[in-house]
Amino acid sequence: MDLNTITEVVRPRTRAELPSWKAGDAWLAGGTWLFSEPQAQLSRLIDLSDLAWTPLAISDQGLGIAATCSVAALDALQCPAEWTAAPLIDQCCRAFLASFKIWKTATVGGNLCMSLPAGPMISLLAALEGVCTIWKTDGSEQRIAVVDFVTGNNRNVLAPGDLLRQIDIPLAALKRRTAFRQIALTPVGRSGALLIGTAGREADLLLTVTGSTIKPLQLRFSTMPDANTLRASLLSDVPDALYHDDVHGKPAWRKAMTLRLAEEIRAELAGLRP
Amino acid sequence: MSVIVNGQAVEAAPRPGQCLRTFLRDTGHFGVKKGCDAGDCGACTVLLDGEPVHSCLIPAFRADGKAVTTIEGLASEDGLHPMQQAFLDAQAFQCGFCTAGMIVTCASLNQAQKKDLDAALKGNLCRCTGYRAIEDALLGMAHVEQVAAGEAFGHSLPAPAGPDVVRGQARYTFDTAIDGLLHVKLVRSPHAHARITSIDKTAALALPGVHAVLTHEDAPGLLFSTARHEQAWMDPADTRVLDDVVRFIGQKVAAVVAETEAAAEEACRRLVVDYEILPAVIDPADAIAPGAPIIHAGRGSAHRIADVSRNIVAESHGEFGDVAAALASAAATYEGTFTTQRVQHAALETHGGLAWLDDAGVLTVRSSTQVPFLTRRALAEIFELAPDKVRVFCERVGGGFGGKQEMFVEDILALAALKTRRPVKLELTREEQFIATSTRHPMRVTVKAGADKDGRLTALQLDVLSNTGAYGNHAGPVLFHACGESISVYNCPNKKVDAIAAYTNTVPAGAFRGYGLPQTTFAVEAAIDELASQLGIDPFEMRRRNIVRPGDPMLAPPGSEHSDVLYGSYGLDQCLDLVERAMAESTAAPELSPEWLTGDGIALTMIDTVPPDGHIADATISLRDDGGFTLTVGTAEFGNGTSTVHRQIAATVLGTTVDRITLKQSDTAHGGHDTGAYGSTGTFVAGRATQAAAEALADKITRFAADRWKIDATGCRIADEAVSCGAQRLSFASIASLSEEQLSASGNSQGTPRSVAFNVQGFRVAVNKHTGVVRILKSVQAADAGRVANPMQCRGQIEGGVAQSLGAALYEEVVIDDTGRVVNPKFRDYHLPSYADVPRTEVLFAETTDAIGPLGAKSMSESPYNPVAAALGNALRAATGIRFTAVPFKPDRLFQQLQETFGD
Repeated sequence: MDLNTITEVVRPRTRAELPSWKAGDAWLAGGTWLFSEPQAQLSRLIDLSDLAWTPLAISDQGLGIAATCSVAALDALQCPAEWTAAPLIDQCCRAFLASFKIWKTATVGGNLCMSLPAGPMISLLAALEGVCTIWKTDGSEQRIAVVDFVTGNNRNVLAPGDLLRQIDIPLAALKRRTAFRQIALTPVGRSGALLIGTAGREADLLLTVTGSTIKPLQLRFSTMPDANTLRASLLSDVPDALYHDDVHGKPAWRKAMTLRLAEEIRAELAGLRP
Repeated sequence: MSVIVNGQAVEAAPRPGQCLRTFLRDTGHFGVKKGCDAGDCGACTVLLDGEPVHSCLIPAFRADGKAVTTIEGLASEDGLHPMQQAFLDAQAFQCGFCTAGMIVTCASLNQAQKKDLDAALKGNLCRCTGYRAIEDALLGMAHVEQVAAGEAFGHSLPAPAGPDVVRGQARYTFDTAIDGLLHVKLVRSPHAHARITSIDKTAALALPGVHAVLTHEDAPGLLFSTARHEQAWMDPADTRVLDDVVRFIGQKVAAVVAETEAAAEEACRRLVVDYEILPAVIDPADAIAPGAPIIHAGRGSAHRIADVSRNIVAESHGEFGDVAAALASAAATYEGTFTTQRVQHAALETHGGLAWLDDAGVLTVRSSTQVPFLTRRALAEIFELAPDKVRVFCERVGGGFGGKQEMFVEDILALAALKTRRPVKLELTREEQFIATSTRHPMRVTVKAGADKDGRLTALQLDVLSNTGAYGNHAGPVLFHACGESISVYNCPNKKVDAIAAYTNTVPAGAFRGYGLPQTTFAVEAAIDELASQLGIDPFEMRRRNIVRPGDPMLAPPGSEHSDVLYGSYGLDQCLDLVERAMAESTAAPELSPEWLTGDGIALTMIDTVPPDGHIADATISLRDDGGFTLTVGTAEFGNGTSTVHRQIAATVLGTTVDRITLKQSDTAHGGHDTGAYGSTGTFVAGRATQAAAEALADKITRFAADRWKIDATGCRIADEAVSCGAQRLSFASIASLSEEQLSASGNSQGTPRSVAFNVQGFRVAVNKHTGVVRILKSVQAADAGRVANPMQCRGQIEGGVAQSLGAALYEEVVIDDTGRVVNPKFRDYHLPSYADVPRTEVLFAETTDAIGPLGAKSMSESPYNPVAAALGNALRAATGIRFTAVPFKPDRLFQQLQETFGD
């Protein structure tokens, strides 16, 4: 929709050209959320396009994803064969409530910065043990794990003027085996629970809980737990207060689905079921 | 900036925060529609450098140097794009408002996406069709028939607007450019109940470009209802154009008229409104309890409010026989309380319109309405203008579903145009649509029912509490209708009704497809199944033993003075047989784990084909010089398909083809009267007027020819665009040229007597006992629509009704918090069924011919909606053994009872 209070759009090309942050400013990446709601408090957009960050960079360290990389570009990435975790990318893109048309515009970083419980890029990048790089207003940089970046429903660690620059995924995480489960109140709807499990060669388990909770949570097991251990861990590590409550799912259902999907993931990674 | 739009260079500077959607519309590309303006519905889809995007989300400046293709640019000089042709061939649209975005999206899909339409189409919402016809278009299936002159009725002819709809050239409410247009934006109440103590306009008026700030001090004092009915007494007079008391969060407080929307919005923010907060009541049971805040204090019976002191706007009480005694002696009894939620029409075109004073000083309103004539009547009364000094019209309307049988914007538009003497525009946002127009009436229905050991109903009782919100538009008629056909369809010697519609400080409820029947049918049909289950009787058989049949009185207490509902035809028995047979046929079932429980359920519904107390339609038809005809009707087209049917009726009566009939419609300037396109009357009432006009003109034309031949007219017949008698033949064109004056005739229908139409829905469902997820394995609906005027279109109405009703049964709910605020006023939080959510429904027609309806046809637009939730509830009961009594049947709602029954 038209954002009628916007009086100026600045288009910096380098970090040095970023204007001083002031009240009424907003970063413009894809704009798919920004332009979807009234933003009467805003007067200036700082367009990140001309910074021309390389969207995706594969190295022997792993995968670097610019915050402005579009969801579609990530989805289209030709992953090296040894990246056994690659199917998660498509699975998480398809978990968007929005369609492929939005993926062309929406950005990976934008989804992180929205910090909604159902943000599937949060699910993906947390499960792949991604690390965010944040440009601070004082010129410094901050690195923080994706799982810690999101602190609550629509809340994250960013201070005014902070800019999410990129997310780095370590190669080891991309080489893990994965299992993905998602459920929503409607067939292709917004996630009520989205859980991802990854396992390494030592048959450990990293379980990432998103969608059902107000922020991503991770449970790490050095060896594959049995069903009771997993359930007990979830019950103790995920307090009821963290289960999200909105029109996309009641907390009791989200909790039950979390326990159920976690067990399905455990069973799949333990080789007990497909 | 420079952008190539549909091959033409457009040089224009967008505003800094402007989106591509409005930029394209500002440059004349009206095919780009606004459904939500938030990226959820896809109606604004365009190709940006060949890739489909939602133009409402794209900053306009980013189109610089790029190529944009809108629906208008999809066709080439050689003709329609293949996808446009496919949508025409399959008639994959009803109102057509989503069609432009749908076609652009579909045209962009690759083969892999076409194989996964669940995902590919999740960004495109259609509220009308139920998506089957859209899928057919993608599959290249054609449904349109070609027929000879005089044979149009009963065949699947295409909608006359189709070519314009698929090209993006059909003109909806806002698809017109007007010089000097001013924009209206509304300040809305943040309080559920408050008195406005002062409004300071100074800062708002000081803004450049602001022409007027209108408040209750500027508004006429007359009280009226936004509901539009032929008889004004049906609704309470409880509403002002702008009031000094606000009764729900979202009620309009003031209107700003300015040069731009931006200026109007800014002025709204600068308006200083002081309120005295009044106590509010949100729950209807609380509202009618002693000591509740009085919402319409100072008003009373003179304003047609039943009991102001108890917040009761309308009520109905009556008993036939002795229900208590019958229940005491029944072999089986059932009692249950059923609740239905608040749902929104979600027509993709929001409410709104344009108004101006024409050169003759006539107040002219172009709006998105189902009721132009009744809106004209209201405006004339409120602003004390002669009826001929007010004109209301619509071209194509982007969906209605009852929501536009109201006057929500035309009053403000009129006030703004009269005050500023300038053309004005008001287009509601999707959020305003949710918080400040109307919804379905939420109801709490307690049903008590009893039957003897043979399954014959002995007692049927309804206790209904309806929540009408802050204003009583449609409160009474919906309540009475809810307690009418839902029980009058059953023979039962003892019936009782106690029904109340309560005011609350929430967004008003209003007319909605089904008009109360879906809510009560949900309870009544559950009770029938529960009795059948107790008695070991099959649900079909249980119904056969109790349904009314021709000759049976159709009774619902307290009874009414209306005795004009007749069995013009009767196909309920056929509908039951058709669904029973279809449900028994084996169909491919998916592999399901033991976690899934399956079951079948049915429900039936009856509907009077016309609302009570008069529904009037005039039609005129004239022979043109070219031998074709111009048909003028008042009824509006909003996807209901009546434009198609009216041409079919006229062409059939006049022995010609539909392309020879030019239709003019829905404009008070055409003269005559039309109560409106509501109550499923577009075919049954208005079509009857068209039939009468066409028959009168056929008679005139025949007599003209006979006079010329100096023979008796009885030997002449009309066929093949000519009158003939033996070897003599005079074409219509010849008759037109020979006649000194234009031959024309008019027809009228008073909407009485009325007939009854029937629908039976069957579902087979699977329910996951651990997740609550519901899958529909089979859906069948049989309809008794009399002689079906257009099978393709009627099937579409039924499929669309089932889909819309599945939305209400499975997903949709306007959630209101305990302060009265709508929590989820956007499509991403109010889930309309998308392609992936809607099963295919097998549609079957009873074979009947109605003695009252035009050429044997009956209504079929609201009623397919009505049995859906009830049938689904019965199927869930059969699958799980649990009687779920509240819709929507969302997984997280079903979950608790499933878990209690089946464990983790």
